[in-house]
Amino acid sequence: MSFIQAQNIVKHYGTGEGLVQALRGMDFEVSQGEFFAVMGESGSGKSTFLSIMGALNTPTEGRFLVDGIDVYRLSPDQRADFRREYLGFVFQSFNLIPYLTLVENVMLPLATIGGSKKKKLGMAVDALDRVGLGGKAHRLPEQISGGEQERVAVARAVVNNPPVLLADEPTGNLDSKTSAEIMSLLNQLNREGMTIIMVTHSDQSAGNARRTLRIADGLLVGQENPSGLDVDTGCRPAPEAVDKALLMV
Amino acid sequence: MTFRDIALLNLRRRKARAAFLLAGILAGVTTVVALTALVTAIRKDITDKLDLFGANILIVPRTESLSLTYGGLSLGGVSFEMEEIRLEELERIRSIPNAANVAALGPVALGVVEVREKKVLLSGIDFEQARILKPWWKILGTEPADGQVLLGPEVAETLRLGTGDTLEVSGRTLTVSGILKATGAQDDQLMFARLGTAQDILGMEGRVSMAEVAALCKDCPIDEMVKQISEVVPGGRVMGIQQVVKGRMETLAHLQRLALGVSAVVILVGSLVVLVTMMGSVRERTREIGIFRAIGYRRSHIVRIVLIEAVLVSAAAGLLGYFGGLGTAALALPFFTESTGVLIPFDPVHASGAVILATILGIAASAYPALLASKQDPADALRAL
Repeated sequence: MSFIQAQNIVKHYGTGEGLVQALRGMDFEVSQGEFFAVMGESGSGKSTFLSIMGALNTPTEGRFLVDGIDVYRLSPDQRADFRREYLGFVFQSFNLIPYLTLVENVMLPLATIGGSKKKKLGMAVDALDRVGLGGKAHRLPEQISGGEQERVAVARAVVNNPPVLLADEPTGNLDSKTSAEIMSLLNQLNREGMTIIMVTHSDQSAGNARRTLRIADGLLVGQENPSGLDVDTGCRPAPEAVDKALLMV
Repeated sequence: MTFRDIALLNLRRRKARAAFLLAGILAGVTTVVALTALVTAIRKDITDKLDLFGANILIVPRTESLSLTYGGLSLGGVSFEMEEIRLEELERIRSIPNAANVAALGPVALGVVEVREKKVLLSGIDFEQARILKPWWKILGTEPADGQVLLGPEVAETLRLGTGDTLEVSGRTLTVSGILKATGAQDDQLMFARLGTAQDILGMEGRVSMAEVAALCKDCPIDEMVKQISEVVPGGRVMGIQQVVKGRMETLAHLQRLALGVSAVVILVGSLVVLVTMMGSVRERTREIGIFRAIGYRRSHIVRIVLIEAVLVSAAAGLLGYFGGLGTAALALPFFTESTGVLIPFDPVHASGAVILATILGIAASAYPALLASKQDPADALRAL
């Protein structure tokens, strides 16, 4: 059984004439340890897709299972616990808390779990070391570059070793050199066994993934395997939806 | 990293907002503490004075008075036809139905005399009775005999007289038998002589200016004794000191009610300031709350962070407000009482009360913003990113 399964995910916003069909029926599966990219134009439904994958946005229809857990049947508190245990988030605009130092930012996900302050500090420093910023642990976010901020965001996402990393345009605000560094970091995490789901506009970034899904108008319209690696993901668009989507492309 | 660390670091980073939050609660607590401390100090001052005053019934000459008004405005009044209190009238007090309750009866002859070109108030008293009426008196020297006087410490200092010195009063030579140890009361400004000596000097044979009565009246109504004495001393106006104090205490109670009202308004305004500031803070931190929720914080965790901030600020405001209130009360006290040496004491129970009140205020005013923060849909919050 695949580690992540999305079954006929539909998401509508609003009602009546104001109804927006953000996702119109998506089925796909992701294996454990896979590096998976999602591409699409603005307004294609990428953000909704990522928020549903992030256990943050209840779909109108469909089921979303991770490690056999039906995520949207969990209570809100259980879902929060699920996010803490299973997911790490890397946001496009880094989203570090400005009044906390780098190490404090990285320690944020640890505030909700038990353990001594010393142990948590050790975990945070280790995570910063992994992204090459151990020497700047006590600086504020405003005192480091954009690329470094993105690396801190990655450290925060992986500090408690979640099995899945969700990255929203992780190279969107970075120059090509820094983008390459971040992608190298994500590849390294993937090699260490972390499942990575990345939403991106960049073909170059998507090239790092073993599989790329393309979304258009709330539907999966195709998949690519640029790395050439053999993956059996069971990814399949909703049959009746594909034709409509293809007609619109 | 704990929720308290997050709250503390946020307050430290957003100093202006934290200061505004603090000011809102501080104003409320300072006002409540200042007004309460002021009323308590004034009440204690009155009670202390009453405790120092051994007599509890005063007899003063009855007078007619005319209040002057002009166009409806009161311009004070004039007293006329002052009646006299005669000694034999006072003796009748020993035969009233509650005579057994009269512990001491002290007639006083008062008048102004000139000593060493200075005007001094001479008070002729019965020293035997004075021992009961003024048990706190301490005399450096002896009680005066005929032809002797006892000086209040301020008089002795003004006239530069000591025990054994002599002075001339209305052509009579008197010797200072002793100096009264400072009492902090009006007695310090008086010159005392035996009643007969004073009456001779003042030309008040058989008459007195007033009388003090100490009534041991634990189980009898003082009002009843006032009534009985009034019947036997027709030339005197008899007042129960408690009645006089009662009037002042009633005024104080009005002041206290006013203080409570003002405090309630200031607290309400302070709470609104906290509410509005917290609402603004929560709105400003939408993005931050979205991040917290995304990385696995429960709703209750968000509530906890907001409330910890409120508790930290309001407890600090409570402590500062307590000392601020005491300071304000100490500054305002001279405008409310003429007594010197009235203290606004530090009271750890009140200080704890102020901190608890401020904390409750902070939590109550922050509860709704905290709830709103926790109810933010993390997806909506992240959309704001």
